[in-house]
Parts: sequence; structure tokens; C-alpha cells
Amino acid sequence: MTSGVFLVLSAFLASAVEGIEALTIVLASGVARGWRSSLTGVAAALVVLAAIVAALGPALTVIPLNALRVVVGGLLLTFGLQWLRKAILRASGFKATKDEDAAYAKEVAEAKTAEHVERGGVDWYGFTLSFKGVLLEGLEVAFIVLTFGSAQGSIPLAALGAGAAILLVAGVGFAVRAPLARVSENTIKFAVGVLLTTFGIFWSTEGAGGSWPGSDAAIFGVLAFVLAVSFGLVAVLKRRRREMLVTAGARA
Amino acid sequence: MKYVVAFGKFWWNFIVGDDWVAAVMIIAAIGITALVAAGGIASWWVMPLAVLLVLVVSLRRATASG
Repeated sequence: MTSGVFLVLSAFLASAVEGIEALTIVLASGVARGWRSSLTGVAAALVVLAAIVAALGPALTVIPLNALRVVVGGLLLTFGLQWLRKAILRASGFKATKDEDAAYAKEVAEAKTAEHVERGGVDWYGFTLSFKGVLLEGLEVAFIVLTFGSAQGSIPLAALGAGAAILLVAGVGFAVRAPLARVSENTIKFAVGVLLTTFGIFWSTEGAGGSWPGSDAAIFGVLAFVLAVSFGLVAVLKRRRREMLVTAGARA
Repeated sequence: MKYVVAFGKFWWNFIVGDDWVAAVMIIAAIGITALVAAGGIASWWVMPLAVLLVLVVSLRRATASG
């Protein structure tokens, strides 16, 4: 039950982040190059993604659970620690926070100046821009759903979380026809980084033959540990950044 | 060939990202966990400790130049 909630929440948050990034690209493509080309690109990418998930999903279920958990745990750790590292750097001021409005303006400007090549009544640039955006961000969602779901023994539950996030992002995006700049992407990325790292620690240990004191309930302890480490490092880096700015100011 | 390279780059960036040292440390930590567990000793503490170490090393490298 506990891990099921974690599973849905993790898939939901991770997919929401990727969905927001894809939405920015699709909106830019639609506004600058026309909605027909943009939405055709989205549909084509979704077909390719469905084929990938349909092919890989059943294949993952035949791998022994411990082998799967050690591989998935390792992948989630390398992947999750990237998110967490970037989120900590952003939260402490060492890295600029991502601005979806600026990303959207840049995409629109590039799309408006690109050459117009029409194939089968579809603007090729608009189609390709949407297709690539949705496919690449969608691959990350598919990766999260398949790995989380298979290691936890429930791909449908992970798909439920991801599907809800995509529907929510697409629905809000369609309603406002603007990038979701008000959503604090860094906060969501921080949360996803913490969750992926927590799952990664838990599964890689079990997959490598270790066992947790308290069994599944230990996941709360791991979560508390990852949160404490993350907030601790943000505090340390914030102080370090202030000291660096003071030193630089004194030199100027 | 161009597409194969692009495909490989996508997965490398996706999984390993811009800090390959962190990925190597994680693989080593999983190996240590397996060895400790095989020796009949409690091994649950290895991965949390490794993650703390990876984050400290990785953030130190990232902020070294300010």
C-alpha cells in the first residue's frame, strides 16, 4: 500500500515535469507554425511511444525480480541524483532556475524564422519540432513508468500516475494556451529527485541481496534520510554562495 | 550511423548525465552492497552512505568554480 502510493506519486510528479517541458515545445510549434502540423507531430510521437512501451513492458516482466531491482535501482539512482544535484544547485543559487516563459519565447522565435517546407499538407518544421519534443520527453516518462512499475510489480499503477499527470498538464495547457510558467519546476524536480533517489537506494540494496530493517516500512526512513541530506546540502551551499559573493564584493 | 550516435548520446545524457564519476560511484556501491550481503553482514547502510558521498563529491565538483 505504502509503496503503491509512492509509486503513483513518483510517476505523477516525474511525468508532470516532462509534460510541462513537452507542452512548451508543442505550444511554440503550434503558435509559430500552425496547429495542424504541431498536433500531427504529437500524435505521431504518441504512436511511437505506445509501440515502445508495448514492446518493452512485457519483456521486463520476465526478468527475475532481484536482477531487475538492482538494475532499476542503479538506473534510478544515477538518474535521480542528476535531478537532485541540479535542484540543490538551483535552490542554493549556484544554477539559474529554468524559465518556461523564456524557453517558450526562444522556441517561438526559432520556429518563426525557420524555412517553410510543406509535405502532405503538413509543415515539416512544425511537425518535427512537436514530434521530437514529445518523443524525447515521452521516452523519459516511458522509462520511469516501465522501471518503477516493473520493479514494484505494477506497471498499470505507474501508468496511472503518469497518465494523470499528462492529462492534467495537457488539459491546463490547452485551456490557457500558454506555457505553465507559474508551476515551480524546480520544486517538482527537487521532489522527484528525492523520490527517485529513495526508490533507487531501496531497490538497489534489495536487488544486491541486502535486506532492510523493518522491511517495506524502511522506505520512510530512507526518504527522511534523503530529505535531510538534500536540505542540509542546500543550507551548506547557500552559506558558501553568500561567502563567495561577499568575497567577490570585497575584491571589487 | 548519425541516428545511432544520436540515440546513444540521448541515453548517455539521460542516465549518466554530466557527471560520470557519480555513475561509477553508484555502480561501485552496489557491488560493495552485494559483497557485504554475501558475507552475511547487514548491508542496508552501504547505499545511503554512498548517496551522501556521491552528492557531496558531485556538488563540490560542480561548485568548485563558483
